[in-house]
Amino acid sequence: MAGTLAAAPGLRLGRQTVRFDLAPATVAAAAIVGPREGKGPLGDYFDVVKDDELVGEKSWERAEARMLAEACRLTLRKAGTRVEHVDFLIAGDLLNQITCSSFVARELNLPFLGIFGACSTLAEGMTVAAMTIDGGYAQNALVAVSSHHCTAERQYRMPTEFATQPPPTAQWTVTGAGAVLLAARGDGPALTMATVGKVIDSGLKDPQNLGAAMAPAAADTILQHFQDSGREPDYYDMVVTGDLADVGRKIALVLLEREGIAIEDRLFDCGSNIYDPDQGVDAGASGCGCSAAVFAGYLMNGLLTGRYRRILLVGTGALFSPTSYQQGETIPGIAHAVALEAQDAPG
Amino acid sequence: MGALEGDTRELIRRHLPARPVLGNAVRAFLVGGSISVVGQVILSFFENRGLARAEAGSAAAATMIFLGSVLTGLGVYDRLGRQGGMGAFLPITGFANAVTAPAMEFKREGFVLGVGARLFTVAGPVIVYALASSLLVGIVLWMLGMTDPGVRGI
Repeated sequence: MAGTLAAAPGLRLGRQTVRFDLAPATVAAAAIVGPREGKGPLGDYFDVVKDDELVGEKSWERAEARMLAEACRLTLRKAGTRVEHVDFLIAGDLLNQITCSSFVARELNLPFLGIFGACSTLAEGMTVAAMTIDGGYAQNALVAVSSHHCTAERQYRMPTEFATQPPPTAQWTVTGAGAVLLAARGDGPALTMATVGKVIDSGLKDPQNLGAAMAPAAADTILQHFQDSGREPDYYDMVVTGDLADVGRKIALVLLEREGIAIEDRLFDCGSNIYDPDQGVDAGASGCGCSAAVFAGYLMNGLLTGRYRRILLVGTGALFSPTSYQQGETIPGIAHAVALEAQDAPG
Repeated sequence: MGALEGDTRELIRRHLPARPVLGNAVRAFLVGGSISVVGQVILSFFENRGLARAEAGSAAAATMIFLGSVLTGLGVYDRLGRQGGMGAFLPITGFANAVTAPAMEFKREGFVLGVGARLFTVAGPVIVYALASSLLVGIVLWMLGMTDPGVRGI
């Protein structure tokens, strides 16, 4: 489709991948988590660990918004900049009508793009931010994402204190918020490519088994990324999935292996790693705060200290609502991938 | 392009973990059994204090409901349910939990649209189908002429 509307040459790779000329830098990131996440194996990497899930607020929803706002402010402080200098806030969460993000945008008084990608929201937000910056429409953009175990539980499942026995496939929604500041110029890992995922439905219906519902989408996006970019799996030190958890990770690996891609040694799932198995979380973690907090805390640290140089961050989301599954609809999944590469030390 | 070919759903099914049915049954027995033992101790206590059997039963049920609600409020009963499953849900303490939990959860939406409207979110279906099935059984028994004319009402 040549013509004046076509993208500049080389910016679109294959069907779903874009390459960023400018490769915006992730200048700073901050992660704020709840007590359970703080006790997990990655606890030391989070900037702030709250000792109370309500963080002194009167509702879970207000607590989540407070953590999200704090993550935004802390990110800006770490970047040495101020709210007034941010061009766009791109944020999302799991609540109905993403009120948590909207309320934070109200507080920060920034031009706001609210997005919903279920638990893939961080990767989706970073993609939109990088496109905005690379397109020349912004010098920087703040991406912020949150989830809260109790807000998710009461909206998607049962009252938090109701006594239920989850199956081994169930996942525990992370109480946590993460924010990332992307900028046209600056130090920090560069966002070089993004692969925008398609909605993939394998016909699963169990809302207590989201990892399996998302695994085909994750595998599809990872596969598509390698096809589009021409990169080999060993280009990356790690392929990081958001919240497939133990069950979904295994299924994604099987699906990828069927397509000739073996990445078991480098597929790191945030949902499988944020908690210890003895923390009573069944298959692992979920929630958009999962990949957001693990990226902003643990993975950014790894990229900055040279523990790894290139990662492919694949946010994974289950696109359902209580209404949709109660009406017997299947649970489709989506996954978006962003490639992050450590920049060579200046000078 | 459909990057993933073949019958993905079947492949996924093959890799799903099985529910630990036996372990769950054992834990349900232990948790449900322990709750029943506590109930029995309370029942015997009231009987020893001189209440008649039926009255002691009502008093024990009321006490168990109270305990179930308090343990829900203290954030203990949901952990019991996580372990015990049906063993925690089936006794009357579980019913207390099923009503107390939404009351706690939805009081932030106010007393009318929160607590009032959603108190029976969990217990509602139990009550609806318990009433409906008892009505059905009653009609069947009546048609079979098996109702006891000596018993009126409840």
